[in-house]
Formats: sequence, C-alpha cells, structure tokens
Amino acid sequence: MKSFVIPAAVVGITVAGLLTGPAQADMASGAVLANTCFSCHGTDGKSVGDMPTIAGKKESFIAKKLKGFKMGSEDSTVMKRIAKGFTDAEIAAIAKFFAKN
Amino acid sequence: MSRFTRRTFNRSLGATVALGALALPGSAPFAAGTKAQVVVVGGGFGGATAAKYIKRFDPSISVTLVEPSTHFITCPFSNTVIGGLNTIDYITQNYDALKKMGVEVVHDLVAHIDGAKKQVKLTRGGTIAFDRCVVSPGIDFRWEKIEGLDASTAGTIPHAWKAGPQTLLLRKQLEAMPNGGTFIISPPVNPFRCPPGPGERISLVASYFKKAKPKSKIVVLDPKKKFSKQGLFKEGWAKLYPGMINYHNVDNDGVVRRVDPKTMTLHTDFGKYKGDVVNFIPSQRAGKIAQVSGLTDNTEWCPIDQQTFESRLVPGVHVIGDSSIASPMPKSGFAASTQAKVCAEAVVNLLKGRMPGTPKFVNTCYSLVDENYGISVAMVYGYEGGKIIKIKGSGGLSPSGADANFHQKEANYARGWYESISNDIWG
Ligand SMILES: Cc1cc2nc3c(=O)[nH]c(=O)nc-3n(C[C@H](O)[C@H](O)[C@H](O)COP(=O)(O)OP(=O)(O)OC[C@H]3O[C@@H](n4cnc5c(N)ncnc54)[C@H](O)[C@@H]3O)c2cc1C
Ligand code: HEC
Repeated sequence: MKSFVIPAAVVGITVAGLLTGPAQADMASGAVLANTCFSCHGTDGKSVGDMPTIAGKKESFIAKKLKGFKMGSEDSTVMKRIAKGFTDAEIAAIAKFFAKN
Repeated sequence: MSRFTRRTFNRSLGATVALGALALPGSAPFAAGTKAQVVVVGGGFGGATAAKYIKRFDPSISVTLVEPSTHFITCPFSNTVIGGLNTIDYITQNYDALKKMGVEVVHDLVAHIDGAKKQVKLTRGGTIAFDRCVVSPGIDFRWEKIEGLDASTAGTIPHAWKAGPQTLLLRKQLEAMPNGGTFIISPPVNPFRCPPGPGERISLVASYFKKAKPKSKIVVLDPKKKFSKQGLFKEGWAKLYPGMINYHNVDNDGVVRRVDPKTMTLHTDFGKYKGDVVNFIPSQRAGKIAQVSGLTDNTEWCPIDQQTFESRLVPGVHVIGDSSIASPMPKSGFAASTQAKVCAEAVVNLLKGRMPGTPKFVNTCYSLVDENYGISVAMVYGYEGGKIIKIKGSGGLSPSGADANFHQKEANYARGWYESISNDIWG
C-alpha cells in the first residue's frame, strides 16, 4: 500500500481520507434519509391512509416544517420526536430529495 | 471514526482504493452484461422490503425472494383482530406488486444457506445461486424453556406471536369464553419481537371484554420487572378498564415455571393460576434457518456488521429484522423495514464495487389502548464508531397526561402508519 499513490486531483479523496471520513461523507444519502419517512408518509411521500401526504411539496415547505417541528414552533404528535433526530444538513438533503422525486 | 472498517473493506471488496464517487476501481464483480444475483430469504417486513428496495436502487440486479406462503399475515394490527376491531383480511398482504416490479417470488422453504458455495437449498429440492443473500426469517420459539408446552400444545394454548391461524384461534377462544371468565397472558423475557405488543394485546382484549363480557378478568404473568410504554399503558388502563387487569411482574410472582394445558393451569413459584383462555408467549431466538445455517452465535441471535448487516459469521450473507443483533434498535416491523432499506443500499453498492453509505434509521411503535386511544414510542438512529446509535434528543414516548384529542389523533395515525408501511412493502 505504501507505494500506492493516487493523484488527489483525479480521485479527490485518499484512502486515509476515506477511512477517517470527511464530515460530508458521514452523512447518509438523500435516498436513505428520505426512505425513513416512507413507513409513515408512504412510498415517495404518497400516503394511502390518515398520515399526511408529503409528495409533491416544495423543498422550502418540507425544510421549514421539519425545522419548525424540531424547534417546537410547529405543533405535532410525533414529528417533533422524529425531526430532532436530523441535522439541518440532513433536513436540507431530505427536502431536496422529496422536491426532486 | 470507522464508518467503514478495514475488516469489511478487505473482506468485501479487496484492498483497493476508492475513487471520486466512492467507486472501487477494478473490483466491480459484475461487468456490463453480467447480472448480479441476490436471493432474499423470507417475505415478511424485512425480506419483502429488501427485495423491493434492491430493485428500486438498481433494477438491473436479479432478485429472487423465497417465502413459503402465498399470503403474508402481519403481526402488526393482529391485536385488533384478536380484539374484534378488524377481520383477518385487513392484515393479509400478498406478493403481486413485488412480482410486477420484477422480483422473482418462489414459494418454498429454504432448507439451508451455504455461504461457502453461495447458494440456498430449497426444501422441495433444487438450489438457487447468489452473489449476496439477505435473510429475514423472523423468530423461533424456545419451547425448551417452558415445562409442559411445545409446538403441539399451541392448538390449546396459543402464542399468537406469529400471525395467521394462531391469531384466529385466540380470537375464537375469546369469543367462546363466558362472561365472567379469566384470560391469562404471559409475555416473554427480553429480547423478544415487539416489546409493546403484550401491552397492546392486553388493552384490546380488555376493550373487547368491556363491550361484550364486562364481568371478565385479565391476569398478566410477566417474568420481567417492567414493560415497554408501561406508564402510558397503565394510565390508559386506569382510565378505560379500571379493576379489570391484574398485573404480576417478576417481583410479584410473575414467573411461570410450568404449564398444564389439560387443566389450563399456570404454575408459578408461589401459586397457580387457572384460566378459561390462556395466551402463553414463549421466549424467542433467531428464525430456524439462521440457526441451521451457522448465522447465530451463543446468544441464539445473529451478529452482524451494523453498517451493512453482513453476517459476522458467514460473509456474503446479510441478516436483518428480528433475527439480527441490531441493538439498540428494538425488534419491530418498522425496524426490520428501515434496516432492510439500509441493507438494500449496502448490497447494491457492494455488488457494484462501491463503498456502502452511512446508515440512518427511524423506528416508531404505535399501540392502540382502545380503538380511539393511541400511544407511541419513537427513536431516530445513526451510525458511529462501527455501531448503531440512538440520536441524542430525538425520539421518546407520547406525553403522559395527554388529552383525548391527542390519543384520538395517535389512534388515527397508528392506522395511517399501518396502511402506509404495508403499502410501502407489499403495495
Ligand atoms: C402481536 C404483535 C404485534 C406487533 N405489532 C407491531 C407494530 O405495531 N409495529 C411494528 O413495527 N412491529 C410490530 N410487531 C413486530 C413485527 O411483527 C416483527 O418485528 C416483524 O415481523 C419482523 O420482521 P422480520 O422480517 O424479521 O420477520 P417476519 O415479518 O416474521 O418475516 C419472516 C418471514 O420469513 C419467512 N421464513 C422463515 N423461515 C424461512 C425459510 N427457511 N425459508 C423461507 N422463508 C422463511 C416466514 O414465512 C415469514 O414470512 C408486532 C408483533 C406481534 C407479535
Ligand atoms: C412515525 C411516523 C412518521 C415518520 C417516521 C415521519 N413522519 Fe412526518 N408526520 C407524521 C405525522 C403524524 C404528521 C402530522 C403532525 C404530527 O402530529 O406529528 C407528520 C407531518 C409531517 C409534515 C407536515 C405535513 C403538512 O402538510 O403539514 C412534514 C413535512 C413531514 N411530516 C415530513 C416528514 C419527513 C421528511 C420525514 C422523514 C424524515 C417524516 N415526516 C417522518 C408522521 C411521521
């Protein structure tokens, strides 16, 4: 491994960087983050029962709601407990995912 | 920070180096034209989700799901069938949508998973080869831990902890019970499938008695000190079913030593309890196929890499759901499904020679204390230092002392959750 050198410009990341992990790579992918919502809100946010549908909502709406639940300014039964488990960067990625799909 | 341990790295992919989009040059085992083959064992909460989400992440992967039944009857909401709120149809799912997505569904029981030869052996004969295998067989009962009971006595003393005929049997027995009769339920020791499940069952049987057989009593013989959502359940029971439920825990003669199905009597350290209907839920371990395929350790559960769910004992085979050791996550259908999605992404990445990503999970267990009275416990999980961790500050219980409106909403959301998750998995 010692002589195995990859030009940083080509790979952007080194083995060491990968194993220690830059902050950004620690985050789950948008898909993995959004998948955790589907069990309640339905696949891709399309609810089939009494849960609110969040498919087709604007990126800004989802981000604003999640931050509101997290701060407690939005009233909720369960979303406060869920939203507190996500960082602001994760919330941004989730909102982007729903807006795109 | 070992999001990706060297051990997994070497074992799965060879010690090459990751490029830009976390791709591993030269290690992708499937060049264009060769189809990667995944076999999923079990079509329940974990297995059916894994099959569907592997296809969603990458439709080019060939996915075969092996499951003995053509219909899957869910444990979630089976307590509403036992309490007479729903019929069995409400909780019966099938595999049509998975087939439409291109998942090949084989109705058979896997007899053995051979990690070295990379194939599963079917009970009716024949084998299916895999590049990676995902196993989600649920639980098996440790009948040997209780004197007097075994699989054959379940026709008299049901467990109803795997849904289907057992659910209907318990319902029938409760319907036949006279007003003023005694229902005895004995929950298992930890760890077991669905920690709040016994509390919900007690509640919905009480709800049925209140309506149809108000003189009847419920006796609980629990070998544990406390149970999931205890405060919330007891608050609901005091409001809705005062005086009906007699709860014995480990400090109050709750440990059942022996059961006599002929006389319907449960013997504890200090006494004996005779019931008209008895629901004994045995202590549990990983599904049998996991045991016979070398996937379990001396805890009788399956140790896994908590990033990819790959077995620590058999490389190339991933275990999710109730059978896996995914603590601090509980054994629930929600947990099995959220694990399956993380595992699906990892399996696809590994097959494509890419690094698996960082996991993130959510679990919420809704319970009905009555048709219009819901409660819940939730938690968000991340991955740090090679382990699944609870995200500090997230999750927790429904507030205690909440008003009727709150509980009505949570009851509606409980049904909404059930309909969404079953549609997400089998729809
Ligand atoms: C009364 C009750 C209420 C519950 N309520 C809830 C709830 O409200 N919310 C919640 O999240 N969870 C709930 N649960 C828990 C939930 O049912 C389980 O945690 C969940 O089913 C686990 O998923 P799994 O994939 O591990 O196993 P399962 O869903 O049990 O699936 C296992 C599948 O594997 C198949 N199988 C087994 N062996 C083989 C083999 N050798 N070859 C092929 N196929 C095989 C079985 O036929 C089965 O279909 C409840 C459980 C009970 C008992
Ligand atoms: C346990 C079930 C559950 C999970 C998991 C869940 N939600 Fe919710 N969500 C709800 C419920 C219930 C509400 C209604 C508010 C309340 O009572 O909490 C809601 C409301 C919302 C709303 C507001 C909808 C509106 O129209 O006002 C948004 C946005 C939302 N959720 C986004 C998400 C996202 C994004 C995720 C995944 C990170 C998620 N939810 C995960 C249950 C859930």
